[in-house]
Amino acid sequence: MLINKRLILAHFWLAFAVFGLALILGAWQMFVRSPFNAWHFNPEFYYRSVTAHGSAMGYVFPTLIAMGFGYAITEATLEKPLVGVRWAWAGFALVAVGAVVAMIPVSLGLASVLYTFYPPMVGNPFYYIGVVMVVVGSWIWVALMSINLMIWKRDNPDRPVPLAMFANVAGSYLWGWTAVGAALEIIFLILPVALGLRSTIDAGLARVFFSWTLHAIVYFWLIPTYIAYYTIFPRAIGGRLYSDAMARISFILFVVVAMPIGVHHLFADPQVGAGFKFMHSVFTGLVTLPTLLTIFTICASAEIASRLRGGRGAFGWVRALPWQNPIMLATALSLVMLGFGGAGGIINMSYQLDATIHNTQWITGHFHLIFGGAIVIMYFAIAYDLWPHLTGRAMDHFGLMRTQLWLWFIGMIVTTFPWHYVGILGMPRRMAFYDYANPAISPQTFSVGMSAVGGLILLTSGVLFFVVLIRGQRAERSDAGAYRFSVPIHMPARIPVALNSFGLWLTLMVGLTVVNYGYPIAQLLVLKQTNVPAIYVGASR
Amino acid sequence: MSEQKLFTLRNPWFGAAVGITGGIAVLSFLAGLIWLPLAQPDLKISGIWDAICSAAGVPRAAPQSSVQQPDFKTSSVVLTSEMLTHPDQVSIGRGATLAQRCAICHGPEGVSDANSPNLAGQFAAVTYKELNDFKAGARVNVVMSPFAATMSNQDMLDIAAYYAYLPRVPSNKIDAELAAPRIVVTGAPMRNIPPCGACHGDIDTKAGSPWLGGQSAVYIKAQLEAFASGSRHNDISQQMRNIARQMTGEEIDQVARYYAAQP
Ligand code: HEC
Ligand code: HEC
Ligand SMILES: [Cu+2]
Repeated sequence: MLINKRLILAHFWLAFAVFGLALILGAWQMFVRSPFNAWHFNPEFYYRSVTAHGSAMGYVFPTLIAMGFGYAITEATLEKPLVGVRWAWAGFALVAVGAVVAMIPVSLGLASVLYTFYPPMVGNPFYYIGVVMVVVGSWIWVALMSINLMIWKRDNPDRPVPLAMFANVAGSYLWGWTAVGAALEIIFLILPVALGLRSTIDAGLARVFFSWTLHAIVYFWLIPTYIAYYTIFPRAIGGRLYSDAMARISFILFVVVAMPIGVHHLFADPQVGAGFKFMHSVFTGLVTLPTLLTIFTICASAEIASRLRGGRGAFGWVRALPWQNPIMLATALSLVMLGFGGAGGIINMSYQLDATIHNTQWITGHFHLIFGGAIVIMYFAIAYDLWPHLTGRAMDHFGLMRTQLWLWFIGMIVTTFPWHYVGILGMPRRMAFYDYANPAISPQTFSVGMSAVGGLILLTSGVLFFVVLIRGQRAERSDAGAYRFSVPIHMPARIPVALNSFGLWLTLMVGLTVVNYGYPIAQLLVLKQTNVPAIYVGASR
Repeated sequence: MSEQKLFTLRNPWFGAAVGITGGIAVLSFLAGLIWLPLAQPDLKISGIWDAICSAAGVPRAAPQSSVQQPDFKTSSVVLTSEMLTHPDQVSIGRGATLAQRCAICHGPEGVSDANSPNLAGQFAAVTYKELNDFKAGARVNVVMSPFAATMSNQDMLDIAAYYAYLPRVPSNKIDAELAAPRIVVTGAPMRNIPPCGACHGDIDTKAGSPWLGGQSAVYIKAQLEAFASGSRHNDISQQMRNIARQMTGEEIDQVARYYAAQP
């Protein structure tokens, strides 16, 4: 039962509009630094573009998807209108206005600091203020999710929280806590400098705060994808979810261990002790657990669906899956990308192995494969699945959808595999210009050229995606019925309170944060002489 | 569901969750902050508390053990890029007089036919530094060292100013056709060799890097081999030794021929 359809649609449309613009920038970036482009542009434009692309794709796009999808889940699973619709619109407005406020200085070249901020670089204050507005807007959503769940629980003391809602609220709590790191960094360290109140900044501490956000933000992006795996995919292919409890445990594990592990982004930084880097590395190893659980559960669910359709044999059932179905295809492609990306991630999280690829193009390849590939392809699937219910119009261009999904998959592989490879060759990331005539760089020429071709394929897929959505928006009216999520094989009548509430897990999350981050942060706060002069980006020299 | 208590040891979920999370935290703490630091002899950890402090990143005083001193003299000249770039006429005049003694080897115009290095047009800072190094014994050459031994600081400044003032005499061996070897233009990044031109001119000229154009090929080769073997070790921070050690014999021949044929 979706009631506030306009609210949800507004979130999705704005999200995809931002995505479309950022996609164009991304493709342009790939072209200008590829061997196809002779050197004739201002490298500053490149950094502007990277900042805009990263901020839009990292902060605005997935946040809006999580929010919109979250509202949809709330109404569909709790079977009542969202409580706090006005607040929801206010949150939406904050995100939208924040995005504009942030992008103005970026496009003027006043804040080319990249979306990771990179102190001691400091840009125009409005860039950071815009980002904070986006985050505050999303915090309204976090609060609304929790309030809606609480009201429902009070009214339904004896029913288990529906899985989709449980996962959705888990994601919102994870984000609420995760965003605190970057918020602290901006408000206490960067903004005072950007506003000219101070001229030095504790860059080391700032980076520690950012790492607090940087890893788990990916899991916040990932949660809608995982929700789709567990609660859309089995239903869409005519099957059932293999295990409800397994799903809950996966999301719980994300809440507990996704955040206090971010120091793996600082393995090469001097300001955190080796012992804490090791601890974070160990806990990072743990986050492979929920992903492995998920891959198992989803494959099992697929097998169930296939056998229900008459699939046979040890592997024959794979062929009997409904491959014509875009959701089936998207999920399979997503899992393949998740597999490759995850394998690369295990290299990044290993304290020693990381040194071989740290800050190289490998890293860019890694997170584009995971986020741009595995995660975003499921955002497409979510949109395809929800659209008829939101617009009240049929959406049946399945061939077009499949082409779009395949192109996205191929484009992402063609883009990111060569990136991984040139990363191993030592190509640094975030450079506007590579001199391919240089004998040390020339072996990378072919691979970089290939990845630029991948960028073009992705752009094509992006255009197709909009064609599908817009066609869906203009199709004949038709009733898609009530929106439903998958049901598990065994619908639990009673489930342990631990798997139905968050108190314990949030306590562990905060506790683990104190254990893993407490000392490194406290030490940097106490130590004198850790400040360095800020470097103002875009200031006239 | 709601009547079930969560935060109590009687709930197995509570015990298991806290136990496992805490257990992993404690084990990784023991491994990362005690066992691993102690297992690395290079860290010279004195005990468990020291291991924890070191792995936690507590700033520690630098080890007091004395810095290893090389068993030869190193250069003590401090170079800056502005140094000796504004000579005065008196100094040049005095230098001309003092340089009379040098002419038999370095040539009356500062250009030698005997494979002694050309000095005409050399940067004053370079000549001054080399003379200093000869005098102090940081650079040793049986033929050249005795001449520097008795010079005063002012003598060296004057001679440097004089040779910098002399025009670089165009070499009779100039060969404009000779293409610059790769190592001069791009270096060899995989061996950590920056382009020679990044210090010795063409791309950039760095303080203290001698002008090599027109220098005798025999001399250039001898110097690179001396840097590579360490018998010449007056280059500050091993700038040239690190480079020469990584060069192949063929590359040394190439650059020697190339620079000898440049103006
Ligand atoms: C007997 C011959 C001889 C005389 C006389 C002589 N030199 Fe030299 N000089 C040399 C030789 C040979 C070298 C190269 C040393 C080496 O191979 O390390 C040299 C090197 C130098 C260098 C270093 C050049 C460079 O590019 O690194 C300077 C400077 C120098 N001489 C200055 C002088 C001055 C000034 C005098 C006069 C006071 C003088 N020399 C007299 C033979 C001589
Ligand atoms: C990082 C800067 C730098 C680079 C790069 C560099 N050099 Fe040098 N080079 C120096 C400096 C400085 C000296 C003077 C050392 C001293 O005596 O203090 C020097 C000295 C020399 C000398 C001795 C010249 C004389 O008159 O004594 C030769 C020959 C030489 N370099 C050749 C090369 C070649 C060939 C390359 C490229 C493969 C190269 N250098 C790259 C900085 C550089
Ligand atoms: Cu990470």
